Amino acid sequence: MEKENYTISVYTENNIGLLNRISAIFLKRRINLDSFTASVSEIKDVFRFTIVVSVTEEQVRKIITQIEKQIEVIKAFYHRDDETIYQETALFKISSKLLFEERQIQNVIKESNAQIVTVTPEFFVLEKTGRRYEVEALYDKLEPYGLMQFVRSGRIAVTKEKMHISKILETFTIEEVN
Amino acid sequence: METATQTVTKETTMKTERMTGAEAVIRCLLAEGVDLIYGYPGGAIMPVYDELFKYEDQLTHILTRHEQGATHAAQGYARTSGKVGVAMATSGPGATNLVTGIADAQIDSTPMVCITGQVASHLLGSDAFQETDIVGISTPVTKWNHQVTKAADIPEVFAKAFYIARSGRPGPVLIDITKDAQFEEFDFSYEPCKGIRSYKATPPTEPKSLEDAADLINAAKKPLIVFGQGVILGEAEEEFTALIEKAGIPAAWTILGLSALPTSHPLNVGMVGMHGNYAPNKLTNECDLLIAVGMRFDDRVTGNLDTYAKQAKVIHFEIDPAEVDKNVMSDVAVMGNVKHTLAKILPLINKNDHQAWLQQFNDLMEIEYDKVIKNELYPEKEGLSMGEVLRGINEETKGDAVIVSDVGQHQMIACRYAAFSKSKSNVTSGGLGTMGFALPAAIGAKMGAPERDVIAIIGDGGYQMTIQELGTIFQNNTAVKIVVLNNEFLGMVRQWQQLFFEKRYASTEMTNPDFITIARGYHIPAKRVTKREELKEAIKEMMTTEGAYFLEVCVEKENNVFPMIPTGASVSDVRLS
Ligand SMILES: Cc1ncc(C[n+]2csc(CCOP(=O)(O)OP(=O)(O)O)c2C)c(N)n1
Repeated sequence: MEKENYTISVYTENNIGLLNRISAIFLKRRINLDSFTASVSEIKDVFRFTIVVSVTEEQVRKIITQIEKQIEVIKAFYHRDDETIYQETALFKISSKLLFEERQIQNVIKESNAQIVTVTPEFFVLEKTGRRYEVEALYDKLEPYGLMQFVRSGRIAVTKEKMHISKILETFTIEEVN
Repeated sequence: METATQTVTKETTMKTERMTGAEAVIRCLLAEGVDLIYGYPGGAIMPVYDELFKYEDQLTHILTRHEQGATHAAQGYARTSGKVGVAMATSGPGATNLVTGIADAQIDSTPMVCITGQVASHLLGSDAFQETDIVGISTPVTKWNHQVTKAADIPEVFAKAFYIARSGRPGPVLIDITKDAQFEEFDFSYEPCKGIRSYKATPPTEPKSLEDAADLINAAKKPLIVFGQGVILGEAEEEFTALIEKAGIPAAWTILGLSALPTSHPLNVGMVGMHGNYAPNKLTNECDLLIAVGMRFDDRVTGNLDTYAKQAKVIHFEIDPAEVDKNVMSDVAVMGNVKHTLAKILPLINKNDHQAWLQQFNDLMEIEYDKVIKNELYPEKEGLSMGEVLRGINEETKGDAVIVSDVGQHQMIACRYAAFSKSKSNVTSGGLGTMGFALPAAIGAKMGAPERDVIAIIGDGGYQMTIQELGTIFQNNTAVKIVVLNNEFLGMVRQWQQLFFEKRYASTEMTNPDFITIARGYHIPAKRVTKREELKEAIKEMMTTEGAYFLEVCVEKENNVFPMIPTGASVSDVRLS
């Protein structure tokens, strides 16, 4: 089976140990994480991890069952790129001198749809949100001028289909153990 | 509106009592019906030990001689009693010493709660004396774990821990409690956990899956059942027997399924896997339907997956969704506790017998008997065989004893040849293969089933890994019978060296101490047998002696266990020699 990019969304209860447990699932299988983002979700007190990996469908299916096996995980999903709307954000810190002295750089900024976040006498910060290749394209253009700092976030994504987490939560019936 | 309650508790007015976290720990254990725990004290858990002293009449603490012993004893206790085993240790080295037993319990689905002391919360992360991140260390080998830094959290965490440990697919849970939380006072009240919002202990059974499975079973000409520990953990022995008898299906067991079906049952066709029986291994690749019941297709069972039962349709009765299609793709997965799913499918199954198919098993069993079993049980050469020791034990106990085995050749021989009449009688380390398991596990097994005879079968290697637990046996007067099969080798490794490393016996020969003197040093009556004529009498003496007994049997040094499926080979390539 071919490897493909999968975006894994994990809806969880809030628990500090859980991050460890989830990353251990990948570590144990020697799967590199392309990115890992944790945030709140649309539901009160439900958290969401967004994980990007390049694996086969069989692998991602097995990983999902292992993730869902964790006590505090409510539900995990996996999606192909075309089933999600996804973005990454990058910040470029660049010497202010360049902004005034290199005419070309202003064109680069304009063409790339990047935003200037802040300007100080020493540096300015550029924010670019988009697909990975768009961020990389901007990086390639700016890098020759010299970057003081560069950082890129993990992928965040929403799915085209509904996730129905509230409904799923309702199906967790409470069972008595004998 | 969404609610945030993670643990759902009964809405009752709870009476509260002011007490320390340490006392609360004991009260939680009592509330969960625990009356026996295993452990080893130390600085970071001393407040709890101090409370134990107060509750001595309600909660027995067994001091093992090493924390590993405490976990294995808790496992043995859980396996024979069906209850949750509890082990306790201090922080740092005490906690890390628990890890082997926790890992063993995780892979063998044994319900266990481990309690560790931790340095005071203001010291966390400072590399304080005896600080270790046991929550981090134990994460990959626990079903759940949690660190408590506030006394007030203790009741809810304990309630959750016991619920998680014993529900669904059971497993080990670890609770780490900082020392300040043990000292802190709070208003205690206890409510057992009835469920956790994000945790579905038992997945729902799709009615369609039962129908589909029944159709496959009714249509099969050559069905084969492979059953695992799920039958025992689900207490589904009756339902299971009813099903195989109605449908006339031969049933083979994994090492952890052993004893769920009496050895003498006519449909019991033996063990599958690396040292399993010839017939079920061979015929796995001939059956038209493979029905897996509460088992997980471990690689020791399947051999090479590319050639495993490829011709067969597969039905998987399973409680853990992560096991379905993990190693072997199933045509029908029946989710749920097998106690319920087997009972539900029974009325949908046609009465049948598969005489000709069963005959194939019997024919192959005869071949195995002639080539392997006869020589193992009734050897004609001079040296004692491990198999004849098992035969002697069977004759003496009539299959009613609990057999606890360690890891190695003797384990395979014990599992292959021990006769069982009752369930929960076979206690062994299956998934992890932990040497040193048997002696402490036997202590727990005996305490979990005090009315039964418990016999530990151990190799000379594994025995020396936890030999110090003889002290626990002596101090507590635990009536376990210890049989060491001494071949002066790490036998199983030596067997592999002989077969696959051209007899280069690197570091597998052992010069052993005088085991009899050691046993006597612990005031345990002991005997050594070197000749066949002495064996029967010695076993009799062991079983009729009150209390603990140590029997060393000097067996042939270079015997091998057959049949064998070499690693990576197909189950049908099982070798008889
Ligand atoms: C803790 C541990 N270390 C190493 C091994 C690898 N191992 C498996 S079987 C075996 C030999 C066991 O020898 P012994 O206890 O004498 O039993 P025998 O095979 O001779 O019956 C070894 C070393 C293991 N299973 N567990």
